[in-house]
Amino acid sequence: MNSIIELKNVDKTYPGAVETQVLFDVNLRFEHGSCNSVVGESGSGKSTLLNIIGTLDKPTRGAVIINGRRTDTMDKNRLAELRNETIGFVFQFHYLLPEFTAMENVLMPYLISKRKPLSDISEKVVELFDMLGIAKWKNSLVTKLSGGQQQRVAIARALINNPKIFLADEPSGNLDSDTTEKICNVFREINEKYGTTFVVVTHDRRVAEHTDRIVEIKDGRIIADTRK
Amino acid sequence: MLSFKIAVRFLKSGGAQTALIVIGIAVAISIQIFVGLLIDSLQKTLVDRTIGNSPQITITSSTDIITIRSWESIVERLRQLDSAKTITVSASANAFTQKGNSSLPIIIRGFEFESADRIYNFRNSLYEGRLFKSQREVLIGKELRDELEIDVGDKLVVITPSGKASTFIISGVYDLGVASINKTWIIVDLETAQRLFGFQNRVTSIEMTVNDIFGADLIARLLEQELGNDDLTIENWKEQNEELLSGLEGQRISSIVIQAVIIASVVIAISSILAITVLQKSREIGILKAMGIKDFPASLIFIYQGLVVGLVGSTLGVLLGLGLLYGFNAFTIGPDGSSLVDLYIGYGFILRSWLVAVSASIVAGIVPARRSLKLSPVEVIREG
Repeated sequence: MNSIIELKNVDKTYPGAVETQVLFDVNLRFEHGSCNSVVGESGSGKSTLLNIIGTLDKPTRGAVIINGRRTDTMDKNRLAELRNETIGFVFQFHYLLPEFTAMENVLMPYLISKRKPLSDISEKVVELFDMLGIAKWKNSLVTKLSGGQQQRVAIARALINNPKIFLADEPSGNLDSDTTEKICNVFREINEKYGTTFVVVTHDRRVAEHTDRIVEIKDGRIIADTRK
Repeated sequence: MLSFKIAVRFLKSGGAQTALIVIGIAVAISIQIFVGLLIDSLQKTLVDRTIGNSPQITITSSTDIITIRSWESIVERLRQLDSAKTITVSASANAFTQKGNSSLPIIIRGFEFESADRIYNFRNSLYEGRLFKSQREVLIGKELRDELEIDVGDKLVVITPSGKASTFIISGVYDLGVASINKTWIIVDLETAQRLFGFQNRVTSIEMTVNDIFGADLIARLLEQELGNDDLTIENWKEQNEELLSGLEGQRISSIVIQAVIIASVVIAISSILAITVLQKSREIGILKAMGIKDFPASLIFIYQGLVVGLVGSTLGVLLGLGLLYGFNAFTIGPDGSSLVDLYIGYGFILRSWLVAVSASIVAGIVPARRSLKLSPVEVIREG
């Protein structure tokens, strides 16, 4: 299978009074349509790895290739375009825009992409809201929603532009085990239905167990790579 | 449009903070409008009341002979000027009148009445009696009437410097609002004065008002060149009222300084408040950037915020400023119940102030917009 994400000899060092190296010579490939998790303890470098894959951060050394394009040499605006079209993010703290309703939050990446008209997307919105069970709250301000509901809105937002890659950083961090289970099932469903490539960073082994491949990272180095 | 929508939503969610910025701009602009229009009105009222009822350019003879030769051709030339508003001629000379055993100096002013009335407004200044109907009748000023203790219908004896005495009937008493004029001018028909002093059909002055009152000096200079007659003296009101003008100029400069300080404070205030909103909204900007918004539309959010608060604040400010001005005018009335200041609403000035304030608000958005360029989404995400 072709890889959609490829990291070659990636190092990441944070500058400062004391330089901190968080990733050491990471080499990693994820295939199209695969469902993967990256596990490791807090401070192991897994979130940094995800940020680099998501083009939010740049490696100090090495190459990052997303969907066949090298990203570590791209300028800010081209990276923004790539993120908007290719990658959907879900973070632990949801990062929804509190000033907007659930519907508006979900539509935001579509509006940023300036694809028109809005009517073209309405079917997709209805489908996502139904699949995630949040249709009831589509016109509510996101601040009025529970943690689980907010996370579902964040997932819908990540999927609105039909991204090829779905990145999730501790998506179950603030959720109870029941909700976590439901969210994991949604991930699986999306992966199977749309063929989206999933990379989920988690410290929760139960979440990782839902994926086909578990990459374990410790002190910035990959120490295990298990495929089911 | 997305940037605009986000800007408006950020402002709405700002609640009290947004209201404070808008009120701040509105108050500043209202003061600017109030001060600017009031000073302008004060100046115009002052000029109007000081020189409004008098000629702004006066042509007299500069030779020993006080009458002007071939004055008709000069008047004809003046009539062709676009800048001329009203042109009149007068035959005037010094004379005396009697008060008991002593004599009082007076000036006999013979006017071509209809055109002179458009400058001096004699009809409306008539205080008692009526205008003269024959060459035997004259108008005298209020102060002279008091001094001589005479009234409408009484006789007035006029003695010319050559010793010739003539008796007139007082048909009316005027009040031109200037005591020195009221005390000395005896207003008669042009021909009456010409006959009294033996001027034949000549006049002693050609007087005119112009459309651009503050351009009177330029017009006078132009006339000097055009007429090229050394026997004439051309004076304008600006030469004769230099102190008033320097006072007005001082007022105008202080008004500009006040307005500049207000605009500067508006820019600084909006800029600093919007700069704070970048910090407050850095999380949201980071999220938007993570979702793929580019630097330019992200920074436009802050420019639009400046534009929206500028538009709303400046418009409210204009309304508030006009309200203050009309309120001020309603409360500052003279003993006769009329306003002390005649309001002149300069729509050009209002539009200019409004545009400057809106532009300043947009400029104030540039600093935070530039700051937003530096925001990196990963910093927001790492900080949680």
